[in-house]
Amino acid sequence: MLRYTLTRLLSLAVSLAVASVVIFMAVEILPGDPATLMLGVNAQEDTLAALREQLGLNGSLWSRYLSWVGGMLTGDFGTSYTYRTPVAEMVGERLWISLPLAIYALTLSTLIAFPAGIWAASKRGSAADVGVMGVTQLGVAIPNFWFAMLMVVVFAINLRWFSAGGFPGWDKGFWLSMKSLTLPAIALALPQASILARVMRSSLLDTLSEDFVRTARAKGLSKRQALWRHALRNALIPVLTIIGLQFSFLLAGGIIIENVFYLPGLGRMIFQAVSARDLIVVESVVMLLVFAVIAVNFLVEISYALVDPRLRHGR
Amino acid sequence: MTNRFTTVGLAGGLIFGASVAFAQQADITIGQQLEPPHLDPTSAAAGAIDQVVYSNIFEGLTRFGPDGSVGPGLARSWDVSEDGLTYTFHLAEGVKFHDGTTMDAEDVVFSLNRARAEDSANAQKALFAGITDVVATDAATVTVTLSNPDGAFPFKMAWGDAVIVAPESIDGIKTTPIGTGAFMFDNWVEGDRIELKKNPEYWGEPAMLDAVTFKFISDPTAAFASMMAEDVDVFAAFPAPENLPQFDADPRFKVLVGSTEGETILAINNKQAPFDNVKVREAVAHAINRQEIIDGAQFGYGTPIGTHFAPHNPDYVDLTGQSGYDPEKAKMLLEEAGVTLPLKVKMTLPPPSYARRGGEIIAAQLRQVGIEAQIENVEWAQWLEGTFRGKDYALTIVSHTEPMDINIYARPDYYFQYDNADFQALIAKIDVESDPAARSEMFKQAQQVIADDYVNAYLFQLPLITVAKAGVEGLWENAPTQAADMTAVHWAE
Repeated sequence: MLRYTLTRLLSLAVSLAVASVVIFMAVEILPGDPATLMLGVNAQEDTLAALREQLGLNGSLWSRYLSWVGGMLTGDFGTSYTYRTPVAEMVGERLWISLPLAIYALTLSTLIAFPAGIWAASKRGSAADVGVMGVTQLGVAIPNFWFAMLMVVVFAINLRWFSAGGFPGWDKGFWLSMKSLTLPAIALALPQASILARVMRSSLLDTLSEDFVRTARAKGLSKRQALWRHALRNALIPVLTIIGLQFSFLLAGGIIIENVFYLPGLGRMIFQAVSARDLIVVESVVMLLVFAVIAVNFLVEISYALVDPRLRHGR
Repeated sequence: MTNRFTTVGLAGGLIFGASVAFAQQADITIGQQLEPPHLDPTSAAAGAIDQVVYSNIFEGLTRFGPDGSVGPGLARSWDVSEDGLTYTFHLAEGVKFHDGTTMDAEDVVFSLNRARAEDSANAQKALFAGITDVVATDAATVTVTLSNPDGAFPFKMAWGDAVIVAPESIDGIKTTPIGTGAFMFDNWVEGDRIELKKNPEYWGEPAMLDAVTFKFISDPTAAFASMMAEDVDVFAAFPAPENLPQFDADPRFKVLVGSTEGETILAINNKQAPFDNVKVREAVAHAINRQEIIDGAQFGYGTPIGTHFAPHNPDYVDLTGQSGYDPEKAKMLLEEAGVTLPLKVKMTLPPPSYARRGGEIIAAQLRQVGIEAQIENVEWAQWLEGTFRGKDYALTIVSHTEPMDINIYARPDYYFQYDNADFQALIAKIDVESDPAARSEMFKQAQQVIADDYVNAYLFQLPLITVAKAGVEGLWENAPTQAADMTAVHWAE
């Protein structure tokens, strides 16, 4: 287990180092000068120069890269060019929306997908199976932003049960905040749940046709008992992989849904930072997201070992 | 100007009476697309900052009225010396900043000196370029000395970039702005909203609302939904003109269509061949059908213009006839100029929909006369660097939103690179003229010169479309400067 964990940790560190170089280079070659954008068309040359100096845009590429990486290693993510507040603080605030939203959506999608997938697999070929497959096919096909707009029209504009978007802030009450995250979470969860249910079903069907399940059945277990006690656990690995990927996607990929519901989350912050050429914010936040994705994958790999004892004791 | 203040005062009295009787709604939520990066109007070009703070939180010596006229702000009156070089501003008395400190002549001296200082980050530093000295004669009097007479000085002092700030609170201005206005900064939930509350100790006519919330909704579809779901009461500069008929038909809402200072132009690189030939530029002007662009890109909202001047300005001259739609004439002019067709040129388009939608239509119109405009969609940052500063373009579409900015044509290094010594001399003369009649005459002349030279193809004046709940009154219908002045806004009934 220790050796397995250490090799995973090493690959995590290498991935992060490579990512930092790629992100920095990609952001640096973006055309557009942040100072010009901030001061607009009537800015004078000396004002621009003064601002560039203030922002630290005058150093060489190499020295700026080193100070950025060095800062991150000591927990300093830099100061936003436009907002002039520390990036870490901004990320902290936005994370309090994006993280709960991601967890909310993931919980919803898991709660829908597991029963649906297991049910469909256990009744393979029946009307229930066909029904679940049909509905999930639809769920995968519908773009989530379109579904989100549809929900806004029905629940916010016509029924007036929810507001069309925005976020009141956790200090205004937990349930009020959860309520404002509900439509976005459903919109995000729908396609995820559909994919997850389909993976759950096919993975379970694969396992059900394996020898050890047949042995369990020959031992005298009912079909139901064999599924719950033996097959399910073995079918979980691909499902866990998908959940891990989905969580990373939900955390970073909510940009469109955040725009539809004008939620001040991480995705929207990156989007705005790119168009405002707030380079330091883009770099640091993308780096954090890379870290989150790699860390989630790391946890998923560790959890494989928990589910599958063979991985724990080396191959 | 005094007129406006009396009217507002009267209305204020009436509303105050009404609010006692019916316990009226006293707060308002106003939606806008862009969130300000910070709240210091004196160190950034972002219009979203002025949109929130102008005249609500911060005030200048003078201020713009809803009709674009310049009236007294913190300076209740001013005198100009015979030679036009000295302005003496008489400040309102008993004015306090929101933190309780007194606003006096020293604060004015500080603000103006800060804006014109060597290391100033003011985006409109040119406004202060003529100042040679600012002196506090006494606590309520400021004397400003100029290097040249400048009839437009009170106009310049009305800009959001020239508001009065206090040395005591300048360090925190970006996140907790302290001004003298009728509203005070209350709270900012970054990415979502900014909340203002009424300043109970305001020196002038108090605000009619207790609280104003600015909510930031960038997506046009979301803006529509937020209005329909009544999450916001007003949407300033509503971004989805295609949805306006729906609001018009709904008795819950009203639509205000006003004008802005935004002259939307197809800018032409005057130094790039073959556009250095006036005949080719004239051909472009005649190839363009303004009404088709207004209908197609703006859903019919916008006033055609024929020169770089706002049509609602009393000095405006309608020159649209001089560059009417005439593709045959355009073809003839191109032939006379000896241009080999098809002519391939680069057209850069910044993000606003007037540019992106308008660009497609213009490209199609130009194709009719043999000009192939190759469209390149760019972000603002790219546009500023490549097109505006780098001048690497032949055609581009942009709206010039600064008020009274015809003087940009006197800068030969400006991005359209128009270099006409006579025009530059004319603008220099306007700058030092303080007689209104003479100024007006010269402004008309200036409009004619750039129209005759077909410097750019002039498209339309950008409209200001505001969607509001039916009961909201006192909103600015036009935008003489980028602002959402909430001081006179109230609920009817």
